[in-house]
Amino acid sequence: MDAIAVMLITQGIHGLAYGMLLFLVASGFTLIFGMMGILNIAHASFFMLAAYFAFQIMQWSGSFWLALLLAPIAIAGLGILMERLMLRQIRKFKLGKAVVLFELMLTVGIMVCIEEAVKNLWGTDPEIVNAPELLRGLVQFFGMTYPVYRIFIIGLSCSILLLLGLILFKTRLGNVVRAAVQDADMAGALGVNVPLVFTLVFGLGTWLAGIAGVAAAPMLTVFPGLANQMMLDSFIVVALGGFGSLFGAFVISMLLGELTAFGIQFFPGYSTIILFGFMALVLTIRPSGLFGEKE
Amino acid sequence: MLIWGKPRSAMLLEVKNLQSYYGLSHVLQGVSLTVHSGEIVGLLGRNGMGKSTTLKSIMGMVRPRSGSVRFQNQEIAGQEPYRIARAGIGYVPEERRIFSNLTVLENLMMGVKPGDDQTKNGWTLPKLYHHFPFMKDRPAQKGGHLSGGEQQMLSIARALMGNPKLLLVDEPTEGLAPLMVREVREVLSKINQEGVSILIVEHNLQVALSLADRVYLMGKGTIGFTGSVQELKAQPHVQEQYLSV
Repeated sequence: MDAIAVMLITQGIHGLAYGMLLFLVASGFTLIFGMMGILNIAHASFFMLAAYFAFQIMQWSGSFWLALLLAPIAIAGLGILMERLMLRQIRKFKLGKAVVLFELMLTVGIMVCIEEAVKNLWGTDPEIVNAPELLRGLVQFFGMTYPVYRIFIIGLSCSILLLLGLILFKTRLGNVVRAAVQDADMAGALGVNVPLVFTLVFGLGTWLAGIAGVAAAPMLTVFPGLANQMMLDSFIVVALGGFGSLFGAFVISMLLGELTAFGIQFFPGYSTIILFGFMALVLTIRPSGLFGEKE
Repeated sequence: MLIWGKPRSAMLLEVKNLQSYYGLSHVLQGVSLTVHSGEIVGLLGRNGMGKSTTLKSIMGMVRPRSGSVRFQNQEIAGQEPYRIARAGIGYVPEERRIFSNLTVLENLMMGVKPGDDQTKNGWTLPKLYHHFPFMKDRPAQKGGHLSGGEQQMLSIARALMGNPKLLLVDEPTEGLAPLMVREVREVLSKINQEGVSILIVEHNLQVALSLADRVYLMGKGTIGFTGSVQELKAQPHVQEQYLSV
């Protein structure tokens, strides 16, 4: 096989793996911001914090799998606390549409707090998290070699996407979530404990960011700035994918992953401009995004 | 003690001196009304008099500033809507408010209250399908793709899935074709015969008076007249004062 094909496929897999991680984060952001309308700028900070939690758990126990299990649960717990103690409270002031502004300011504050806390606890130097024995090295098929860990990320993300889809579209809870997101007052009048449902969804959204953070740790460098790129990318995904559309979020995440991978290769320096310019353009002419339903 | 004649049924809902605001505007200025078990009670009046707000205040969707709402001898004023729904009140809102992204069946299942066994007694799916055959034929159709009349039926059926003792129904025939108006009227009548009490806000006077046992007429946030349908019919000047445009 010639060198160019190898390069294309390698970059392609790299893009796919990053796209999948992005989708995990952005699907949580889609649930919280796109569907429930709660603007949480600190969402990707939970992603970054989860990577540090994974690092710490592995320092203590040496087990990546334990980190993959525990860190996202701890992150979801923090998310639920933030929703209950802060975001829920400002909604009580009946600020109308201005509530999003207050959420923006509040969660920017949280974002800065998390970043500074991480710097104080773990320092600013990058930390290394090793993939578990099972997922190291390369695997060969069709005459190509692939890093096992990237394949694992793709598989893990696909499974979680499938699980999320099943929960949302095949269970009573999913039914209730989709109804409460569309018309919370009506769902309440039918006997649904809407505040509890929203807390659960918020927890689920941050759990997804947590899973992504742990999975990303061995692939990307763990450092406090990890949240920034991810937050910007999540915004693009939710804006372009259409607010609240999981399918849209998936497609845009994959596109963005590939664009990032190949952008570096073919037009370094311009890929970010193209991307954000495109987002601004789409928001101008079609605010519901490429896959969102029209109001 | 023996009581001769038709026994007065038990009190189901008792609203006393209910006061509600939208911001600074004083929408309900002391509304009092009752619904007894088995009754259909009409709440009538011109637009903007507070009829819908009365239903929303009973349901807890508008939090009353003061006053009392007793349902089956329990005070429910000021509680969260979901608690009031679970206590046994069903709500069929103005403009139906079907979950448009959910299918017909999913909309129905939204009415089921936690802990209820839907296969047992009460309003089971087969029983609802008997009353509303189109739901059996098209369970997977999106709620948003139904006609106005079908959405109204679905909104009623959704509330029934929670096995309410009392149904609050707001403008069920608004914007419907005459044939559909008659069907909605008949469905409500049948539901009542099954033992569900109904408090209905209805602009179509013919429908309201043919359904209701008693009526309340509202003017500017208070109850102006109360009596049986016969009593209202006997007093054209009252109809003139509260109903004619």
